[in-house]
Amino acid sequence: MHASTLLPDQRLRLERVTKRFSAHTAVDAVSLDLAEGEFFCLLGPSGCGKSTLLRMVAGFETPDSGTIRLGETDLTALPPHRRPVNMMFQSYALFPHMSVAANLAYGLKGLGLSRAQVAGRVKDLLRLVRLEGFEARRPDKLSGGQRQRVALARALAREPHLLLLDEPLGALDRALREETQGELRAIQQRLGTSFVVVTHDAEEAMALADRIGVMERGRLVQVGPARALYERPANRYVAGLLGDVNLIDGRLGRAEPGGIRSVETAFGLLRASGEGEAGNAVVIAIRPERLVVRGEGAMEGLSGLLTEATFLGDRIRYRVEMANGTSLRASAALPTPGPIPTVGETVTLGVPAEGAWILPA
Amino acid sequence: MSLFARSALTLALAFLYAPILVLVAYSFNDSKLVTVWGGFSTRWYGVLFRDGPLIAAALVSLKVAVLSASIAGVLGTLAALALDRHGRFWGRGAYTGLLYAPMVMPEVITGLSLLLLFVGIGLDRGIATLVIAHATFATGFVAVVVGARLKGLDRSLEEAAADLGAGPARVFFGITLPLIAPAVAAGFLLAFTLSLDDLVIASFVSGPGATTLPMRIYSQVRLGVNPEINAASTLLIAAVGVVVLGASWLTGRKGAIA
Amino acid sequence: MSGMPQRLGRGLVRGLPLLWLGLFFLVPFAVTLKISFSSPATAQPPYLPVLEWEGGLEGWREFFEALDFQNYQMIAADALYRDAALSSLGYAALATAILVGIGTPTAYAMARASARWQPILVALVIVPFWTSFLIRVYAWIAILKPEGLLNAALLKLGLIAAPLPILDSPFGVLIGLAYAYLPFMVLPLYAVMSRLDPALTEAAADLGASRARAFFTVTLPLSLPGLAAGALLCFIPMVGEFIIPDLLGGSDTLMLGRVLWSEFFSNRDWPLASAVAVLLLILVVGPVVLFREAELRREEAVEGPQR
Repeated sequence: MHASTLLPDQRLRLERVTKRFSAHTAVDAVSLDLAEGEFFCLLGPSGCGKSTLLRMVAGFETPDSGTIRLGETDLTALPPHRRPVNMMFQSYALFPHMSVAANLAYGLKGLGLSRAQVAGRVKDLLRLVRLEGFEARRPDKLSGGQRQRVALARALAREPHLLLLDEPLGALDRALREETQGELRAIQQRLGTSFVVVTHDAEEAMALADRIGVMERGRLVQVGPARALYERPANRYVAGLLGDVNLIDGRLGRAEPGGIRSVETAFGLLRASGEGEAGNAVVIAIRPERLVVRGEGAMEGLSGLLTEATFLGDRIRYRVEMANGTSLRASAALPTPGPIPTVGETVTLGVPAEGAWILPA
Repeated sequence: MSLFARSALTLALAFLYAPILVLVAYSFNDSKLVTVWGGFSTRWYGVLFRDGPLIAAALVSLKVAVLSASIAGVLGTLAALALDRHGRFWGRGAYTGLLYAPMVMPEVITGLSLLLLFVGIGLDRGIATLVIAHATFATGFVAVVVGARLKGLDRSLEEAAADLGAGPARVFFGITLPLIAPAVAAGFLLAFTLSLDDLVIASFVSGPGATTLPMRIYSQVRLGVNPEINAASTLLIAAVGVVVLGASWLTGRKGAIA
Repeated sequence: MSGMPQRLGRGLVRGLPLLWLGLFFLVPFAVTLKISFSSPATAQPPYLPVLEWEGGLEGWREFFEALDFQNYQMIAADALYRDAALSSLGYAALATAILVGIGTPTAYAMARASARWQPILVALVIVPFWTSFLIRVYAWIAILKPEGLLNAALLKLGLIAAPLPILDSPFGVLIGLAYAYLPFMVLPLYAVMSRLDPALTEAAADLGASRARAFFTVTLPLSLPGLAAGALLCFIPMVGEFIIPDLLGGSDTLMLGRVLWSEFFSNRDWPLASAVAVLLLILVVGPVVLFREAELRREEAVEGPQR
C-alpha cells in the first residue's frame, strides 16, 4: 500500500536549523538524523521550541539558518504544499464545511488520480482508522476520538514519506489516550512511514517512540531510546523530565574498577556510575525505585528517618529524612519481600552504584 | 438578575420598540390624525402604491444599495484580510484609521466633502456618485464584520490545506472564503441597509434624476406626520425584519457574528 | 514563500481598499479644506477661485493668493457659529451621559440573562439599528407633538393641565439622540460585560460585598473599555447629527450639522459650509483618535491579550 518504503533513502536530516523570533531564539542549531521508518518523539515543556521545529519541517515557518532535507531533496525553501511531508494538527484542523470523506479526499487532488481511485483511497483510509460508514458525517458530528482518527487518516492520505504529529493525543482523555497510543504505534508499523511526534508528556513519548529527542530552550539536549534517557540522562533537566529523581550534590572522587566512582556528598562517600575528572562538582541522580529501604541495620547504607509511606497499589512510596534535614524519595514494588517499615522508624537506605548516575553539576 | 437590571432592560426594549409599533399601528389608521383612531384600514397602502415618484425613488435606492453593497463587500473583505493576515505591516495604524474613520465621521462632513470632490473632478451627480459615496462609508462596517470572523478562524485550517498540497489560491477559495462567507454575506446585508437608510450623504451627492427613497420620505415628513409615509415605513420595517432574520439565520447557522 | 504572484496578491488585497478610501475619503477632505478658503460666487461651481490647469505656475500663484480666511473670520465673528458649536457639543455630551445611564444597566441585564436568552436580546437590540434611522426618528413626531400620544396620555392621566411642548424643544432632541444611539451604547458594553467571568462577582459577594458594591467595584471598572468605546461611538456622530435636530428640534435648535446643511442647501454658500465642516471635523478629530484607542483596548478586553 505504501510507496515510500520502496524508495531508497527518504530520511529526514536537519542540519543546524535555527529560528529566531525577534530577540528570542526558538530553535537553536538543531541537527538530527532520522532512521528509515522511525517513530521519533520530540519531548519538552511548552515553549521549548519543539512545535516550531515541527512547523519548520512542515514549511509553516522558515528557518533563519540551517537546512532541512528529506533524502536528497532540500525542503528548506519549499512552500508547505510542495513538500512530501504531512502534518496532523493539534487542533486536528478538520475542515468544518466538508464531510469526513471530503476531508480525506482533499489532499488527493492534483495527484492525477481518477475519481474511482480517490474513492478507493478514501475507503482504505476509513478502514485504516476504523471509521467505515462515517464518510458523510460533518466533523462537528464526531466524537473527540473519531475526529482524531479522521485527522490522522487525512494526513496519511497522500502517503507522505514523513508524518508530523503535533500533540496528537493531547485533546483526548486519559483512558482513550492509552488505547490510542497503541493504535498509533500499530498504524505506524504497518505503514512503515516515519513519524515525528511532538509531545510534552514523557510517559507518552516513552510509550510511543523508538527514539526520543529532548528539547530545552531551543536546543536538542539528548537523543536516544527511552530507556537510555531514563537511566543515563545527560543532565539534571533530562533526568527530571523523564521521571521522579533524587539529585544529590557532590564532588567526584577516585575511580574504581567497572566504571564506578566514589563521590563525596553531604551523606558521606557514595559510589556511583559515570565519568569525569576527579575533584569536579557533580550531581548524582538516583531514581526512587533504585533506592532500597530496609529496617535499621538490615544492610549497609545511609541511615534516615522514615517520614512518609504512601500506599499506591502496585508500589509504595517512601520519604526518608536524612541527618542534614534533606529528604530522599524511594519507592518499592509491591508486594515487597520482607516487612514494610513503618513511619517514624529509623531505616537504612541502600544506594546501589549502578543505579546512581553521575551528571555534570 | 436583580429587579433593577431586569426593569432597566424591559424599559430599554420598550423605549426601542414603542415608536416603531406606533408607526406600524398608525399606518392602518383610517384617520389622517394621530389622536383619532378612525378604524382599521389599508387605504394608505393603496395611496402608496399609486405614488409614482415614491416608487421611482425606491427603485433608485434599491439599485444604489445593491451596487454599493457589492463594492463595499469586496473592499471590506479585502481590507479585513489585509489587517488579519499581513501582520504588522508598515502604516497599519493609518490603515485601520482610514478604514474606521468613515464609520463614525458625521455624515454631513462625508457628504459635503464627497460632493465637492465630484464637482471638482467634473463627475455628474447621479446614481454613480451615490454608489461611490455609499460604498465608501460602508466599507469599514463590512471590514469589522468580516474581521471578527477571520479572527475566530483557526489558522491551522488553512495550514492543513496547504499541508495537503493546496496552493494559495485553492486554500483561499476552497477553505478561507467558504468559512468566512456567512460574515461576508452579513457584511453585504449591513452595507445594503446602510445604503437604503442614508439620507444625509445622499442629499449632498445625488443629482436631479436620482432621488432616493429616504430623500423622498424626508421631503414629505418635514411637513409633519403623513399616513402614507407610515405605510411606506411599515413596509420598509417588514423588509428589514426579513433581511435581519435571514442574516441571523445565515450567521447563526454557521457561527459568525451579526 | 513570497514569490512574485503572492506579493502581487498581497499588494492588491491591501492596496485596493487603500486606494478607494484615499480617493473618496481623504482627497475629499483636502478639497473641502481648500474650498473653505475660497469665496462664494454666483457661478458654476459657486466658488472662487477655481484652479485653471492651463495657468501653469503663474496660475497656481494667483490661485493661492486668492485664498483667504474670510470664512473663518466670519465664523469667529458671528455668535451663531460659536453657539452652534457649543450647543452641538452640549447636546452630544448630555445625550451620551443619558445613554451611559440607560445603557449600563441594560447591557448588564443582557450579560446576566440566561445563555438561551442572550442571543435573542442581542438581536432585539440590533434590529432597530438595522431599521431606517430616518423612519425611527420620524416616528417620534407622532408621539411627542402637542396633540401627540405622549401628551394625550399625560392629559388623560391628569398629570398635566396643558400639552407640553416637547417636540421642537431641546427635550425632543435629547430624546431622539438617546433613542437613536442606544444600540451603539449597549452593544460594545455588552460585548465586554458578557465576557466577564461571573465568578468575579461571586468572589466579591463571597468576600462580603453587596450586589451594588460588587457591581461598582468589580463589574463596572472591568467594563470601562466597553463603556468608553460605546460613549465615543455615540458622541462623535451626535456632534454632527442633522436629522434629529431637524425633525425633532424645531427651527430654534442650533447644531453644526444643521447649520452646515442650511449654508449649503439654503444659502448655497459652499465655501462657508466647507469652513463649518472643517470646524466640525476639528471638534470630532480628538474623540475619533480616542475612539480608536478605546476600540483597541476593548478588543483586548474581549479577546484577551495578543494571540
